[in-house]
Amino acid sequence: MDAELLSRLRNGDEESFVLLVARYQQPMLRLARSMVTSPAVAEEAVQDTWMGVVRGVDRFEGRSSLRTWLFRILIYRVRSAGSREPVDISIDTLHGVDPSRFDGQGAWAEPVESWADEIEDRLDANVWSPILRSAIEVLPARQRQIVLLRDVEGLSSAEASDVLGISVGNQRVLLHRGRCRLREVLEAEMRKS
Amino acid sequence: MLSLRRNDLVCKQAVELVTDYLEGSLSRRNRRKLEAHLRACPNCAGYLEQIRMTIALAGTVEPEDLTPQARADLTDLYRRWRSE
Repeated sequence: MDAELLSRLRNGDEESFVLLVARYQQPMLRLARSMVTSPAVAEEAVQDTWMGVVRGVDRFEGRSSLRTWLFRILIYRVRSAGSREPVDISIDTLHGVDPSRFDGQGAWAEPVESWADEIEDRLDANVWSPILRSAIEVLPARQRQIVLLRDVEGLSSAEASDVLGISVGNQRVLLHRGRCRLREVLEAEMRKS
Repeated sequence: MLSLRRNDLVCKQAVELVTDYLEGSLSRRNRRKLEAHLRACPNCAGYLEQIRMTIALAGTVEPEDLTPQARADLTDLYRRWRSE
């Protein structure tokens, strides 16, 4: 699909641009907002990205996927636009799993419940989407960026590390903490039902 | 009470390895240790399953719909960029 869109975009096909915007505008905004505090700066960076795409599509060599290219332009634009912004100082937790969940020997203090039934009953993505979306919104910024790229957008670890300019190992540490936090939120939801 | 051999993982250590495990980035030795722990520990096996479900559910988060206004604005910009 990417290849077809790309060739249409190169030919100046407006419909292909509209399709790309419909698909990537909100994911790009979400990612941009995790990197700067000002929503206006985030929006401007996304708009600049689209301009870069329209003007640069002829030079795009297709060595990465179209969406990796999009996200990489975005990160570049956000970083240039946001360089005067205060650095995000939200604190990353050290552990994936809260240490108080374990006893003195390092074993689970309480048994881990099975989710199979709850998930079966409520498999509808409409139920979980808003819960996960708001849980992702409150992750520390760097965890949020990785979770959005990896688990929501489905980029590979190599693509996500490339887009954010961090090592694959760092990417994995942040992904682990982010996923653990999302799991905790889901666990709290399951217990409510 | 489980008797712990020196090289056995405890749950607190095992859960911190699940992402590396799913990413295929554990050393062979650590992967074996983790898999042995998962076979013996239903709690950690359950935890891994929950992480898998979390990932699957995150993949179902749909992008919010664009407002018609935002779409129209970007289409206008596109025409301008193309004509410049």
